[in-house]
Amino acid sequence: MKEEAIKDLLYKIADDQLILGHRNSEWTGLGPILEEDIAFSSMAQDKIGHSLAFYTLLHELGEAEPDLLAFSRSATQFHNSQFTELPNGEFDYSLIRHFLYDNAEAIRFEKLSHSGYEPIAKVATKLKGEIKYHVLHANTWIRNLGSSTEEAISRLQNSLNSLMPYALGMFELSVYEQVLIDTGIYAGEEAIKEEWLTRIQQVLASTELTMPDIPSQTPMLGGRYGTHTKHLQPLLNEMAEVIKIDPTAEW
Amino acid sequence: MYGGGNTFEAIKAEGLEEEDARKMAEFEGRIAQGEKIEPDDWMPRLYRQQLIRMIEQHAHSEIIGALPEGTWITRAPGFRRKLALMAKVQDEVGHAQLLYSAAETLGKSREEMLTDLINGKSKYSNVFNYPTYTWADSCIISWLIDAGAIVNQMANSKGSYGPYCRALERICAEEAFHLKYGHDSVVYMATGSSIQRQMVQEALNRWWSQIMTFFGPSDKLSVHTETLMRWKVKMASNDECRQQYLDMYVPKILELGLTIPDPLLKKNEDTGQWEYTEPDWDEFRRVINGDGPCNAERLGVRRMAEERGAWVRLALKNPTAKYVRPLA
Ligand SMILES: [Fe+2]
Ligand SMILES: [Fe+2]
Ligand SMILES: [Fe+2]
Repeated sequence: MKEEAIKDLLYKIADDQLILGHRNSEWTGLGPILEEDIAFSSMAQDKIGHSLAFYTLLHELGEAEPDLLAFSRSATQFHNSQFTELPNGEFDYSLIRHFLYDNAEAIRFEKLSHSGYEPIAKVATKLKGEIKYHVLHANTWIRNLGSSTEEAISRLQNSLNSLMPYALGMFELSVYEQVLIDTGIYAGEEAIKEEWLTRIQQVLASTELTMPDIPSQTPMLGGRYGTHTKHLQPLLNEMAEVIKIDPTAEW
Repeated sequence: MYGGGNTFEAIKAEGLEEEDARKMAEFEGRIAQGEKIEPDDWMPRLYRQQLIRMIEQHAHSEIIGALPEGTWITRAPGFRRKLALMAKVQDEVGHAQLLYSAAETLGKSREEMLTDLINGKSKYSNVFNYPTYTWADSCIISWLIDAGAIVNQMANSKGSYGPYCRALERICAEEAFHLKYGHDSVVYMATGSSIQRQMVQEALNRWWSQIMTFFGPSDKLSVHTETLMRWKVKMASNDECRQQYLDMYVPKILELGLTIPDPLLKKNEDTGQWEYTEPDWDEFRRVINGDGPCNAERLGVRRMAEERGAWVRLALKNPTAKYVRPLA
């Protein structure tokens, strides 16, 4: 029971990072300024590197090799939130997702660094410093653009409104939620969500953007249980395109 | 990527007689002594123009070069290759950033340079007007095109313009990693399964003529470059670079069991020079002037990125922005 719970937790964290890292990497060569091209690429490398660290923990618990876990499962076997798999859209959309996601991830990692499950605590402690920079980057950009031109403000507001239900889907409860909390492995999604709302609200308050009304939102759930949008399977097909040419070869 | 040094338009050494003779003598004297020219120093107009053009083309080559390789990031086979390729392409964009800054010290803004790129007014390395059909093509680029870039860039880093030389020194250090990554990825394929060996051989066949044209037209066809050599703007002739490259890389390619698709390629032991089938310079000219398989696509992608990012750049400039940007 406990081991299943830990695996479930590791899968959702690793899958979120792999899929969002993939999306971030799609900005390579296409950023609005060279500096952002580089920033998104750098965050993509961190995310994908972090997912590898968590797949490695899964492998140590008897799951397949990281390359197999990442490159050979189908969409229904992925536990990422639907939020991370949505196509990039324009820069405002990607930036809002980055802001909402990384603020949540920073909290998740801070809590995980005190996890009662030693291997997770170790990895989270090592990686949370990098995530701090992602949050700093996101918050700076939101503060900047969120009080700049009318166009920028209205773009960001629209993206914020349309992404909020998906962002709330990140906090979908696991069937193991209570076990994880009781055993001191994980703080649980509700606790993370509450803190996240406060932090998001704080940043938005320093801009001309308005926090969407949370109680009236319908969170987009299902991702943690393998229900995904139509966008995930094509992403996974693309990721596996080369490896599938000769799956037994070393590349 | 690509190291500059070959600009493809004829250089007109015009207006030199209008320059102040005393200043010119001093300028040439400093260069002859191995001194670096810095942004605030006096320099002939031709020197400034030529350097802007060369550094700008080099910068463009870095960001355009990020496209054919970047498209393989999402498809790279396995974590190890994916992470390495991402880091490599990120470096290339970083090189562009460094180089645009170096060119800006000569008086042309990054924005003007990017506008000229999109308009087709300024060029970039011609090899990127060819497609990367498979993963193996991207590996061949990372190894053998980056190898060419290193030959060029090492030569140019000993040139006379301070900011460009310093940028190139940093770039060369990173290129060494690209070369390692590229070589390793080709080694795995060339010594891998029969499917992989076939993929990498086909990619080499497709890219060999681009590799041979990488250093620019043969010296016999090249325009007069004496002045630029004396000013240490151009540090080695196209053929010298090509010969040096063949010396270094032909043995490494053959060592992997790959064949080079040129039956005439051999080293003449008497002259010490490589002999090869002359690349199709007519095609080269046609392609660099716009009529290649990917010219429209590359510039189209770049133009789209610029247009879609316009509101961001505008918002960053907005003087009414309330938030004070952090200095770092
Ligand atoms: Fe390159
Ligand atoms: Fe480069
Ligand atoms: Fe490179």
